[in-house]
Order: sequence, then structure tokens, then C-alpha cells
Amino acid sequence: MTTSDRTTVIRGARLLGGEVGDLVLADGRITEVTAAGRAELPVGARVVEAAGLIALPGLVDLHTHLREPGREDAETVESGTRAAALGGFVAVFAMANTDPVTDTAGVAEQVWRLGRAAGWCHVQPVGAVTVGIAGQQLAELGAMSDSAAAVRMFSDDGHCVEDPVLMRRALEYVRAFDGVIAQHAQDSRLTAGAQLHEGEVSARLGLTGWPAVAEEAVIARDVLLAAHTRSRLHVCHVSTRGSAEILRLARERGMPVTAEVTPHHLLLTDAAAVDYDPVFKVNPPLRTAADVAALRAALADGTIDAVATDHAPHPVEAKDCEWAAAAMGMTGLETALAVVQEAMVDTGLLDWAGVADRMSVRPARIGRLPGFGRALAVGEPAHLTLYDPAAPWTVVPAELASRSRNTPFRGHRFPGRVRATFFRGRPTVLDGAPVFEDAPGFDGAPVADGALAGFAS
Amino acid sequence: MRHLLSTADLDRNEAVAILDTAGQLLSSDDRGVRKLPTLRGRTVVNLFFENSTRTRISFEAAAKRLSADVINFAAGGSSVSKGESLKDTALTLEAMGADVVVVRHPASGAPHRLAGSDWLRAAVVNAGDGTHEHPTQALLDAFTLRRHLSPRGSGAPASGLDGLRIGIVGDVLHSRVARSNVWLLPTLGAHVTLVAPPTLLPWGVDSWPCAVTNDLDAVLPDLDAVMMLRVQAERMSAAFFPSSREYSRRYGLDARRTARLPEHAIVLHPGPMNRGVEITADGPRSVIVEQVRNGVAVRMAVLYRLLAGEGVLA
Repeated sequence: MTTSDRTTVIRGARLLGGEVGDLVLADGRITEVTAAGRAELPVGARVVEAAGLIALPGLVDLHTHLREPGREDAETVESGTRAAALGGFVAVFAMANTDPVTDTAGVAEQVWRLGRAAGWCHVQPVGAVTVGIAGQQLAELGAMSDSAAAVRMFSDDGHCVEDPVLMRRALEYVRAFDGVIAQHAQDSRLTAGAQLHEGEVSARLGLTGWPAVAEEAVIARDVLLAAHTRSRLHVCHVSTRGSAEILRLARERGMPVTAEVTPHHLLLTDAAAVDYDPVFKVNPPLRTAADVAALRAALADGTIDAVATDHAPHPVEAKDCEWAAAAMGMTGLETALAVVQEAMVDTGLLDWAGVADRMSVRPARIGRLPGFGRALAVGEPAHLTLYDPAAPWTVVPAELASRSRNTPFRGHRFPGRVRATFFRGRPTVLDGAPVFEDAPGFDGAPVADGALAGFAS
Repeated sequence: MRHLLSTADLDRNEAVAILDTAGQLLSSDDRGVRKLPTLRGRTVVNLFFENSTRTRISFEAAAKRLSADVINFAAGGSSVSKGESLKDTALTLEAMGADVVVVRHPASGAPHRLAGSDWLRAAVVNAGDGTHEHPTQALLDAFTLRRHLSPRGSGAPASGLDGLRIGIVGDVLHSRVARSNVWLLPTLGAHVTLVAPPTLLPWGVDSWPCAVTNDLDAVLPDLDAVMMLRVQAERMSAAFFPSSREYSRRYGLDARRTARLPEHAIVLHPGPMNRGVEITADGPRSVIVEQVRNGVAVRMAVLYRLLAGEGVLA
């Protein structure tokens, strides 16, 4: 009997942080939801005692860099999705800035298959908007959509689609298959050589400023384009108070716009850069305390739909250097939910049902993943995260599953942590540790040896 | 003092002590005592990732006059273009037994990285990092100001720059000299006014411990000293100002403006000067050559206090 065949009974969890109940998972689905202590225990069932744990629909990350193919020294689909599972995620959107770029159906299917082979969570490739993320010519968006990977989200993330005509056409074109353009909003001319948020800290440190207006001006243009073309726009990693204000106005006017914020922009400020440790170098940059407060408020009131990690692993040498030479980005999958607890839940801004909405329901809807972000109800796919909000832990980078060590939270003490993750009914994480048995275990069926052969050549 | 990275790290006592030490060293210089045995057997590495012959030879002269062994390590371009990382360079210097690493680097904060890492045990002296700081330049400026303008006269020990009014004119945005002076001079009691077009002032400059103006002519009559910053002509192409002629008309120090300074006021420049841009006429008020000589004494004082501690000079 494989683990995925076993019935699992989760006892005494707080469903969405509310009522205490039992959940029974079998055949990849939730088969029973009962009051606490009422679920029957079938012979051979796995019992997970979940007293004090919050049960959430499995988390969905709209913005992950898995680095494979091309930069397997930083992360692989296997290591990145294992980190995702440990962070409570059951689906991740893999960004397109791989090498080669995910701008063809072939590369998209390769990433998708690597995800299936690893088995830790669903990997949903994001397609590049333009060939080579070069901002010149549309990639074959339709072919990626029609591929086995069924790409629905397209992004040149890391680069902005700056040409207004190209952006307009991309928005219009993907409407044919219900796609969405996820924009990395950054005016490159206003951010030439930019190193850190343009403000008092960058001025003192002598680091070239990354002004808020360089993000806000692009978002303002894009929401107007989205409204004009009646096409879906998603704004990646919103980082400024002004951006939140523009998005609020767009939402009030009913424009078809969604947005995400990263965990690090909810907790850290540019003051972290004072010692020039490049682990705090990220794009968009860490902003001010006023921006953090505005982003939290916008996430709380739903102006910002989702928390998305922008998990960006880098090898040691990319950060073990002077600030200007360092790569931009930080890891985030394994700390995201703990950050959200600290920044949003423990501050009273969001309840756990709100966390489920912002980290599972809405991201799945934005990315058009119908099997994810569902209710904790009988018949739904058994994607589940169990989180202990009273389990303080201190981050030690070497103990994380990501192949890279560039977490900005070294030594930070978080209030809680993920205890268990269930993906299609199979536990990928139990007692806070990855479950290796049966993996790869997509639906319990190991991927055939030859399945990836076509991608090796 | 473990390292010298930023003048913001210096309190008044420490800053005055460096100036006093430099004063003692300079008077020995005046008597023709060219060399002291103080740092015999110690190794000073000049690690220059950016060309600066002036600063490098000033540090070299300072170290040699204290009898230290000097190694010049010119890395040419950035660590990246050279192919060796800052970290590996630091590990190399550590293995060679460097006692002080004097580092010039195009990246702001590179000396902080060297000092804050476990790559290196040596004391680190910031000899100019990107657009961040150049602490020994500010110290030599303060030393020069004190010698000329301190009420108790030449090199009076234990005095600061209390009440002096100093204008710093030009490309503050990109100037590490301006930043180091903006922290140091007020620590010593001086009042600093930054003078620049709005495009060449950093965002948030209002929070700095100084006054800010766009009008040079208005402040000149009230200054005890004016420090002209180097303006790079290539800033023009990035639209910081329309032309070097216009810049010079509005912010250059010409004969007419020099005449507006009080009788006793002096003119400083960190060098090298763009004659015809930021300075067209400095005349007898200029202490620019003296700044160079003072630079050696101040750098000797910094090396001395890092390696020989805080005692009096032997």
C-alpha cells in the first residue's frame, strides 16, 4: 500500500482558524468534514493529530523562480518544490526567466514535467510575454497555452514590458484563451543602475536610488491599458504606497486588475541595507515603513489580492560580494506563511480565512488553476496546509530546503510554522519535515523512466 | 578605532584626536623629520579597485613615513570585470598578513563588506567608496580648516571648528567627499551649507545635519570657507545640468564670486580640479596645494591610531 492510497484522518484542526473539526482524506479528495472527534478511523488509516493547528486550503504561489532549466546551481525544480511544500504550498507558478527562457511550448512542458516528476507540488509554468524576455516580439503565447502545461499566466518578470504597443497587444491577445499578463512594473530609464529605494537611506549610503515613481508610472499606464482593452492585468510584487493607491482607484472603477505583494515587502524596510549586506538587495527594492504599512492595509482590504513569494534563489557567490555587484532577489517559500502571520494576523489586520483567501483562493483564481484554492469541503481535492501559529522558530539558512541560502530572515524568530502539507491527498510534509516515501508520487504513479528522455537531448 | 569606514562613526573626541595627532606629525615634518619608526614591521596594503594616483600615493607616503611595509594592489577595474571576487582578494590579503587594508572601490559599501565579513582581520580604511564616503579627505579638509580658521590659531590641539560656516558647492549627489564632510564638520561644531542645483542634491537631503540652498551668490558673504566639488562633464548627458558653461555661470567660483567672500575666507577643493568648470579663479585664498600636504599627515594619523593605539606619539 502506498501512502497516497492510505486514508488520512486529521483530528482536531481549526478549520480556517475557526471551528475545530476532523478532516478525512482519501483517494486524493476530502471525503469527510466532521465536528471534532467524530470522524471514524478506518483500518490502516494515518492519523494526524492537529490540535492547535490551523487548517488552510493548500497554498498557491503565483511567483516562484525555480531556476531550472539553466541555473541548477541555484535551485532545481525538485529542491524548489520541496521548499514550497515545506512552506505549505501545493502549487507554484514557475517564472519564465529560465535559461533557455520559457518562451516556447517545449520549455513550458519541460518545466511542467519536471514538476510532476518531483511530486512535491503542482508546477504551473509562466510563459514569457516576449521572445527571450527581450521586450521586442511576442512569444508564441497561444502555443504555450495549448501545450500540456496549459499556460495561462505570462510574464517577462525581471524585466518590464515597457513598449506600450507591445503591452497592449499582449493584453489583448491572451484574452483568446483567458490568459493574464503579469507585469513587472519598472521604468528602466528611471532606474538605470538603481540599487536601493530612493530615499533617505539610499542617499546616505550613496547607493543609486530606485524611485517609487518608476513603479507607479508603469502601473498607472497598465491599468489604463487593461481597462481600454478589457483584458486581465496582474501586477507583480507591488512595493509602494502610491502603487497601492493607484490599484485601489482601478478596483473602484471596476478595472480588470489584480495584484500581489511579497512577504518581504510586508515585513522589511530599506533600513535593512545599512550594513550593505546584499542579502537585502531585491527588485523591487525594500521600501520605507510607510510603504510597508500601506501594503499591509491594501492586502487587508483586498486591494492587493495575493501574497506571492518572488522566491529568487541565488548561489552564495552572487551575494558574497559588494552590494553593487550582487544579484537581486531573496528566497521566500519556506518563510512566507510565517511572515504573513507576523505581519498580518498577529497585527489583527487579517484573520486566517483572509489568509486562505490571499494565499490560496485568489492566487488560484488569478492563475486559472481550477483544482486549487478550494473550500475545505467534501468532494474537493485534498490540498491542505496545517499551520501551527504557536511554534516559534529561528531561521537558520543552512537548515532550509532551498538549494540557496539567500533568505533575508537569518536569525529572525518567527511565531509559527508549517506542520503538514497534503498534495492530492498525499502528505508531502509531516511534523514539519518533508515526506520522501513514495516520491515521485503524482497520483501514486511514479513517472515512467523514459518520460523525460525527450527533454534531455 | 577598529576601522575607518565613515566619518559618521567618529565622535568629536576621536575626530579631534586624529587632527591633533596629524598636527604633531606635521610639525615633525616641518622640522624635516621625514620618517618615524612607529609602524616598523607592520604591513599596509593599498587595495585600489579604481584608479586614484593622488589618494594612493598619499596613503603610500603616509605609511612609508611611519616605516610600515607598503604593498600596492591595483585591481584595475571592478572585481567582477577582473574575475576575482572582493572576497577572494580579501582572503589573499589576509593570507599575506596585512595589518591595514586601505581600500578604494567603485561600489559604495565595499569597505563595509571587508570590515564586516570574516574574510579579513586587518583594519580597513575607506579611501573612497563609490558615491558613499571618503573619510580621510574630510579629515584633511577639517585639518586644513582648523589650521587656517581656528580662533586659537595654527593646529591648536583639542579644538574643533566651532561656529565656522562652511559651504560645500556642486555635485553633492555623486560626491563621497560631500557626504563625509556633512557628517564630520558638524560633529566638530561647524555649520555646513550645501549649494547645488536641485538635480545634484540627493533625495531626502533635508534630513542631513546641514542647510541646503540653490543660490550660491546669496550665501558667499556669510562663509568662512567654500569647498568646491569636482563636477564631471559627463553628468551633462544625463540631464543633471544643460551645459558645463551654464553650470559654471551658476555654480562656478570665478573672480567676481571670490570677491564676495569675506576677507578671511579660504577656498578648498578635493582635486583634481576642472579649471573652467567649478573653479575659474581661486587666487590667494586657495589652500588646495596645502590640502595635499595635510593629507599625508592626516593619513599618517589615521594609520597610527589604527595600529599604534591611542597613546601619545613616540
